Amino acid sequence: MIHPIPPGSRDVLPGEMRELRRLNRALIEVFEERGYGEVATPTIEYDEVMARGDGRASGAYRFFDESGELLALRSDMTVPIARLVASRFADAEMPLRLCYLASTFRAVTPQRGQLREVVQAGIELIGAPASEGTAEVVEVLEAALDAAGLDRAVIGLGDSDLYRQLLAEYGLEAGAQDAILARLARHDLVGLEVELGEAGIGEEQVATCVGLSQLRGGAEVLEQARELGGGAVERAIARLGETYAALEARGVAERVRIDMGLLRDLGYYSGAILEVYDPALGYVLGGGGRYDRLMHNFGLDLPAAGFGLYVERVHLAQMEEQRRARGET
Amino acid sequence: MNVAVAGSRTVPGGKLKLAVPRGALFGETLDVLDAAGVDTAELRGDSRSLIFETEQLTLVTMRPSDVPTYVESGAADVGITGKDVLLEQADRAVYELLDLGFGRCRMVLAGRRGDNRLGESQRRLGMMRIATKYPRIAADYFEGTGRQIELIEVKGSVELAPLIGLGDGIVDLVATGRTLAENDLEVREEIVVCTARFVANRVAHKLRAEEVDDLTARLRAASRTLEAAR
Repeated sequence: MIHPIPPGSRDVLPGEMRELRRLNRALIEVFEERGYGEVATPTIEYDEVMARGDGRASGAYRFFDESGELLALRSDMTVPIARLVASRFADAEMPLRLCYLASTFRAVTPQRGQLREVVQAGIELIGAPASEGTAEVVEVLEAALDAAGLDRAVIGLGDSDLYRQLLAEYGLEAGAQDAILARLARHDLVGLEVELGEAGIGEEQVATCVGLSQLRGGAEVLEQARELGGGAVERAIARLGETYAALEARGVAERVRIDMGLLRDLGYYSGAILEVYDPALGYVLGGGGRYDRLMHNFGLDLPAAGFGLYVERVHLAQMEEQRRARGET
Repeated sequence: MNVAVAGSRTVPGGKLKLAVPRGALFGETLDVLDAAGVDTAELRGDSRSLIFETEQLTLVTMRPSDVPTYVESGAADVGITGKDVLLEQADRAVYELLDLGFGRCRMVLAGRRGDNRLGESQRRLGMMRIATKYPRIAADYFEGTGRQIELIEVKGSVELAPLIGLGDGIVDLVATGRTLAENDLEVREEIVVCTARFVANRVAHKLRAEEVDDLTARLRAASRTLEAAR
């Protein structure tokens, strides 16, 4: 007899569990070896805590407890860890290195087979500013990808402040900026051009914005971006250039592609942002970046950075890479 | 970010795979590909194959509404489809790189000629009953204009619905307006103009940047040439 489970949820049976356990153990080992202590936080947080981190991180699954408090299943691990650090480690010696392996909960589109519960493995480095802090996070991320056997994986490195600063430089109001940023975040370049045109800025400036969003590759991208010009671009290039130099100094720049068009959908990022790709998989494997303003929302002024990998996708990429290594397609 | 795990396999490396829409956009898609230096002679024959190899690309033919699905998952690296399809499937995370300009249609609200059912329902029932193949576009449009509707989703000839009493009006894609006219329907409001778009998978856009950019540039030039000739 079949007893159904809710759409977007799933059981894990021993065959898969064995592989997932091995992968999870390898990831946590990489983190622990580099001084990142594993923490666990409650699956259920006060909704107010999630929203304090970022309005958009407010949970998809919310409910009232017996005393009428609004609770939420966590949609993200960075916000709960920011709360934990503010409560438990306010006076600790910085930088603080923490890691996690935890389920997060997302809204799904019906009928698409998407999972509501997503296991993430990641780190948070609190109290280490750019560019060294960012470089350390990328170094750990690369070690994690190696441990997962994804030696073809690539890390995209972008700057989350670039477009807001650029649009402010063009004299656009916050409302017009949001409409344009939304197009960028949705990767709608046709709409981006239309939206920029309607914002009443010059043709040259429209071309700069659209051109920037398509610049991606090695260090040469920084030069190409410089030619497009502007103070905001110059500042972003300076930030990215410093980070890239720090990566080179650590010998971990090779797998990093600079991507001037990168924009992550969570609002708490500032400065460097990261996305992880593997050629065997059409989906992003994870992401992260700096969130120097997030800790401030919890009463601590500390720079911070981190990343999270979607473990099920890493597992899938692992299987595809192994299949490829066997010469199958 | 959408987190989907099932059905996301791709064959790494090899030629870029381009999803080509069959149906109304098929002919002009082949024209723009030809102008961009992609040989489409084989696709123009009466072959029943779905996959065609050219020198630089693997061309995969499919229904336009399947293009975002294949491209989002990475099964196809890039694709061509209508803006109407992209709007209806706005939750698919694909890069929309280029407006190709052809396949120009209007998404409209239409009602029976000389009949005021739409207005009467709105006035007396507080909502209109709208039949459509585009429930998402219709819902967004009426929500955005502060009106309530009852959505009736149909799969086939939507013009039929109001003629025999299913709904007060329709939201549908109109190219020449002939089908509407022949069924005694008329355009009441224009919602959005749709043209063919060139889209890319998020990962392919990053990891195969050069090939994607090169194809984008060639398609841009080709679509401008064709547009100038029209």
